[in-house]
Amino acid sequence: MGSSSSSRNKIPNAQELMDQTGFSSAHLLRLYDRFECLDRDNRGYLRQDTVDFSSFVRILAHFRPTDRNRNKEGTQQELPNSRTRKLKFAFQLYDLDRDGKISREELLQVLRAMLGLQVTEEQLQSIAERAIQEADLDKDDAISFDEFKKSLEKVDIDTKMSIGFLK
Amino acid sequence: MATLWRFTLFLCMLLMACGGLSLASEEAETRNTQTETGTGSSSNTTGGGGHEAAPITTLPIVTWKWHHISVQYLVALWILVCWLCKLIIEANHSVTNYIPESALLICSGFILGGMIWGADKMQTFSLSPTVFFYFLLPQIILDSGYHMPNKLFFTNLGAILIHAVIGTCWNAASLGLSLWGCHMGGAMGDLDIGLLQYLLFGSLMAAVDPVAVLAVFDQVHVNEVLFIIVFGESLLNDGVTVVLFNVFDAFVSLGGGRINAAEIVKGIVSFFVVAFGGSLVGIAFGILIALLTRCTKNIQIIEPGFIFVMGYLSYLTAEMLSLSAILSTTFCGVLCQKYVRANMDESSVQTVKYAMKVFANGSETIIFVFLGISAIDKVIWVWNTGFILLTLLFIFVYRFIGVFFLQWILNRYRLVPIELIDMVIMSYGGLRGAVAYGLAVLLDENKIKEKNLMICTTLIVVYFTVILQGITMKPLVMWLKVKRAEVTEVSLLEKMTNKMFNHTLVAIEDISGQIGDNYFRSKWRHFEEKWMTPLLMKPSARKKQDEVFDVFHQLNLKDAMEYVTEGERSGSLEFVRNDSAILDFKKKLESEYTEVLPDIPPYMINNHGAMFTMGRDPIPSVSLEMHEQTMKAMREAEAVDAHHLLDQHLYKSRKQYRHGFSRSDFKINRDEKEVQEIFQRTMRNRLESFKSAKMGVSPPKTIVKHSKKEQQEKIPNGKSMSKTKLCHSGDEDFEFSEGDSASGYDSSYPSFSMRATYRPGAGIENPAFMPDLDPMDLLQIPPWLAESELDSSMVALSHRAQVGLPRTPSNLRRLAPLRISTRSTDSFTLENIPDTQQMDSDQLPPPPPPRPPRDDGYV
Repeated sequence: MGSSSSSRNKIPNAQELMDQTGFSSAHLLRLYDRFECLDRDNRGYLRQDTVDFSSFVRILAHFRPTDRNRNKEGTQQELPNSRTRKLKFAFQLYDLDRDGKISREELLQVLRAMLGLQVTEEQLQSIAERAIQEADLDKDDAISFDEFKKSLEKVDIDTKMSIGFLK
Repeated sequence: MATLWRFTLFLCMLLMACGGLSLASEEAETRNTQTETGTGSSSNTTGGGGHEAAPITTLPIVTWKWHHISVQYLVALWILVCWLCKLIIEANHSVTNYIPESALLICSGFILGGMIWGADKMQTFSLSPTVFFYFLLPQIILDSGYHMPNKLFFTNLGAILIHAVIGTCWNAASLGLSLWGCHMGGAMGDLDIGLLQYLLFGSLMAAVDPVAVLAVFDQVHVNEVLFIIVFGESLLNDGVTVVLFNVFDAFVSLGGGRINAAEIVKGIVSFFVVAFGGSLVGIAFGILIALLTRCTKNIQIIEPGFIFVMGYLSYLTAEMLSLSAILSTTFCGVLCQKYVRANMDESSVQTVKYAMKVFANGSETIIFVFLGISAIDKVIWVWNTGFILLTLLFIFVYRFIGVFFLQWILNRYRLVPIELIDMVIMSYGGLRGAVAYGLAVLLDENKIKEKNLMICTTLIVVYFTVILQGITMKPLVMWLKVKRAEVTEVSLLEKMTNKMFNHTLVAIEDISGQIGDNYFRSKWRHFEEKWMTPLLMKPSARKKQDEVFDVFHQLNLKDAMEYVTEGERSGSLEFVRNDSAILDFKKKLESEYTEVLPDIPPYMINNHGAMFTMGRDPIPSVSLEMHEQTMKAMREAEAVDAHHLLDQHLYKSRKQYRHGFSRSDFKINRDEKEVQEIFQRTMRNRLESFKSAKMGVSPPKTIVKHSKKEQQEKIPNGKSMSKTKLCHSGDEDFEFSEGDSASGYDSSYPSFSMRATYRPGAGIENPAFMPDLDPMDLLQIPPWLAESELDSSMVALSHRAQVGLPRTPSNLRRLAPLRISTRSTDSFTLENIPDTQQMDSDQLPPPPPPRPPRDDGYV
């Protein structure tokens, strides 16, 4: 325990991160090791100095499985692994230009990346069109976050957007 | 009233059973004579019996040959009786809502058994292990494997395997040891059962029966994770149980004295060899099936049969190699399903699906009824209160302990732990069934003195679990508020997002530096895509492998179906004609596209637009509403118009029912040239309308909607050639006649001159498709009279119409708007439509005024 708390000290504002993300200190340590491993130049940043450790952890925190019987003390702020935050994360993956709406073009880009060569462009387009039709409630030809959330109402996001983090 | 109804039902059942019985008792005698003469009761040896009869003195005209067919006849009769039982049970849902069908079937088995007993004073029918294991079980297992939700199964495979292997061993060992302990403690009085026999008994009781489980859980829609764990476990642990049973059976035969450490090790090794060997045989057969279905294109009719034959062979092969047949068939089904579905024709896939359900459900019914019948037999009822009650208690308790303990361990590694109440249901769902009974009957009486006690106990356990636990399962699920399965509609966005999640999770796992489920799953997918799919799947089928595309395809199919249903419900497909919504959309798209792809001709854009509109759910319903008011007025007019058009442009189809009696080709009038011809016409018309559009006429909207329709049709047709010509040709007719109308109108031909101008332009090469090669040249009759001619079968309206409906004018009139929808706002529409129906061909009405040129409204 002593060693872990001592190495915890090298993580910048560890306590704050733990509060914000819900990771345990063991998780955090492990992630920190991973971060250092990814950060080959030891600059404390990834991807051309855009991602530092705390944002790294914050992003990963979206994928922490929701714990059922967590005591309610953490309710003053929403943890990143809540349903809404997970959805928001997924939404942002689509929303490439960050305008709060998934347009057809954005959807098409994601589809193109995912479906690969098997499907023709026309089919892709009709798929994108159809997907938008399904979710688009206010008929503005784009999916807003609320619409996105609503159309994925029945999906078990907790399961589908979680990975088991090793301790 | 309800009681009366139920009483009548009961009476019916009784009567029916008596009907079965009168023959059954007759059979019983033959059965007796057979057994007396030393022939096996289940094997068919009566075949040659008739020929050895006394030499005949004169030629008999008719002879009574019961012995020839007795066995076959009885088999068929029993199947019928069992299925009738199911029919009666399912006739009244107020009962099946509370009591599961399996329990009711067992009860009807009691009644049938009672009647046989009353007639014969002995039980002449019972479920023999041979029949059960070789004729009733395989199709159930194959069905379960083939319809296994693969992804769910493999995601939870770890949990399923642990429950199936360790849980079953635990159940067997704990039950055997505890009973032995109680026996030693003197709880059961004087019984000649040793420790090994107890273990053998424990192993046969350990199997949770997939048939029983499925029968109960099917009616209680619990959440899918819970379901797959219980069901997967029950399926796999059957295999495990049979293996365990064989090992212990061998131990019993060896006798206690000769069992040493080496033998035990051999037993364990054989356990794994049998289980994994069986699975391997299954996998091999699964691959074989997949390979076979790759090249069955030319024998589509018997293509579905391969699945059944190969599945059965996988069962028998494993049995032959003394490997686990159940595991073999399960994995065969699980493995081949994906490739079979992709490789085979759509209709064959459907055939496999339903035929498998028929076999599985049928034999399930038979099994339950016979489980009931078997009970009514004095011979097997050996009562030993201690043994029976303790068995029941131990089974129940140890099942709970085992499930809770194993799941508690598993939960530590699960992302989403199984909740406590789910575990309760898992434990409570440990229903025993026919497998246990079948194994109990297999016991060797010479080695196990108390065989009948064991059979009797097994039966009681089966009844207890299936009937009591089955009945209480539903209330329990309600009461514990177990998470139920949600009925979800597939949505494209959802599928897309799921797929994206999969990708994201793999990436995140990679970034955070751990190797988890997602990593392996993606590796497996890569492997599959790289090696398995090219090997086992037709190249043409690979495209559909994409989940998102598949869902898209399904949704489109569903839409198209709804579209038609909706249209037919409101009496017409006229709502197709609502173009305003489509047009708006199309316009927008058009502009969009001309920006992006300026060199694409407008009609292509129309195509795109149509393709997109197809995704627009609201359009059909909305336009339907909008159109409802005008519909009535329009329909009449349109009927005339439509007939006129149809008559002009439909070619005469001569070869309907060409293959009516062919065994190998069930398509009606599939003619390549015909299709080609239609295609040519359509294309030409499109080009024409395109030209006219260029010349300033607005693009023909009918083409937009028509290609929309076509798009919807295209996918199923492209995917499978299975669509019978019936629908196929019907749609083609619709398509091209519409194309004609579009071109005709937009180039502002007067409608009746269309015929004359049409033909040279249309370039019909094949005289078989000339619209009017008939001796009674239609040209002689004014075209507007054509609808009066329709019932004289001059013109093929469409195959569907000809096949499906009596050719009465009123029918055709109703049908016409379904087939074709034109923009019929012209004055041709006549006020004398009622007349046209009764008109005879010699009673010609005055020719209607020529159609006014259309372009005034559209230019």
